Amino acid sequence: MESDIKLIDEAGKRLDGRKIDELREIKIEAGVLHRAEGSCYLEWGGNKVVAAVYGPREAIPKHTQDPLKAVVRARYNMAAFSVDDRKRPGPDRRSREISKVTSEALEKIVITDKFPRAAIDVNIEVLEAEAGTRCAGLTAAGVALADAGIPMKDIPVACAAGKIGSHDENGNKKGGYVVLDLGKKEDNFGDADLPIGISPRTGEIILLQMDGHLTLEEFDQALDLAIKGCKIISEIQKKALLDKYQIDLEVN
Amino acid sequence: MTEDKRNIVIPSEFLGEADKIKAGRGTFIEDGKIYSEKLGILSKNSNYVNIIPLKGKYDPIEGDFIIGIIEEPLSSSWLVDINAPYPALLHINEVPWDVEFGETEKYLNQGDSIMAKILDVNIEKKLQITLKDRNLYKIKGGYITYIEPSKVPRLIGKKGSMISLLKKYSNCRMFIGKNGRIWIDGKEENIAKVIQAIDTIENESISFGLTDKIEKLLKKNSQVVQ
Repeated sequence: MESDIKLIDEAGKRLDGRKIDELREIKIEAGVLHRAEGSCYLEWGGNKVVAAVYGPREAIPKHTQDPLKAVVRARYNMAAFSVDDRKRPGPDRRSREISKVTSEALEKIVITDKFPRAAIDVNIEVLEAEAGTRCAGLTAAGVALADAGIPMKDIPVACAAGKIGSHDENGNKKGGYVVLDLGKKEDNFGDADLPIGISPRTGEIILLQMDGHLTLEEFDQALDLAIKGCKIISEIQKKALLDKYQIDLEVN
Repeated sequence: MTEDKRNIVIPSEFLGEADKIKAGRGTFIEDGKIYSEKLGILSKNSNYVNIIPLKGKYDPIEGDFIIGIIEEPLSSSWLVDINAPYPALLHINEVPWDVEFGETEKYLNQGDSIMAKILDVNIEKKLQITLKDRNLYKIKGGYITYIEPSKVPRLIGKKGSMISLLKKYSNCRMFIGKNGRIWIDGKEENIAKVIQAIDTIENESISFGLTDKIEKLLKKNSQVVQ
């Protein structure tokens, strides 16, 4: 059976050759779309994500307006061609859930009381998916919001940790490893996945979900590991923004 | 502009202690520390630390002169798009004409452009504009172009140096709205020149000695109109 696949060897080397606490390769580019107020293209391992920010603009329909603050409406969508089997287009249970948690995470970060009655729309489009798209989406959305010039308290960042390899080839139980940034097979056949989003300046957690089983110690370990990953990605985000605008400065 | 290098700051960047320096525009204070809230250029003057935003929507302030486009005539007012997050209301009492109830369309219709002044911004950010001030009227003819609202001060220049330069070399009439819309009227080839210069200003707004550069560009393209 494929689920008996060996996800990690004795030396602590994973399927794609990464170490336990190693991230996949990340590339971030800010300001890629002309029509959007702010945008970001992000590649994270095999994930390819575009985030676009529109607004602040008047929230329509009117009953969604908040007279005291802006609402952040994130929309997470997976393209039909983003996965191996064609994904049926349109919102489904999963993407609606991710849209909701992302909206709530971003609302914590954006200084919403500057724009009463307005809406800030964040569209996250997954072009290619390979595990960890909600983290990739939130990370890209953070850069896109900053690129749009929207006042915010921090640039949100997300990363996952998880647990793999608690069964050997014969299906016998054994320890398992807490690892950073699960890949596709690790996500599918691993034991647990813990995506978290943080505000890197304060360390505040703005998104936390868990799939699978972890003991309390493993959970703490995974949380620490994921926060460490977030801090690394945060630096890449900041560099992407600086690169985009610092170059403008130097050319002139 | 005493510093010789401009620094780009990104949101959440630490700018200083709140008891040593004052927090200006585009910043917020948390636990006695000042952080940037926007993507922009750092500027420190007279004990204040400010962020000049690079991007972002126009934030209406009472008294600003702007260019609006009529969105919809209502029975006793007009809804005007002023490039802010919200449409602005222009009431019939705030226009120089005697408008009968229900006859707003006779004076201003959808798509018409007006030069206007922001009359009032309330706490809910409901906007009211007025045409009752000097030099405010409905725009007839000319051309409207657009730049980032955050770059409008650059286009005007120190004590209006940049704008007077543009007017001098192009012989065009111009009106710059604080919301980033610019109205230009004059000969067609002159308008093209001004638009080219404005594009240069927008693209290179954060560089030094821009006024001189624009002057050179304009000189190259035209003779001074006496």
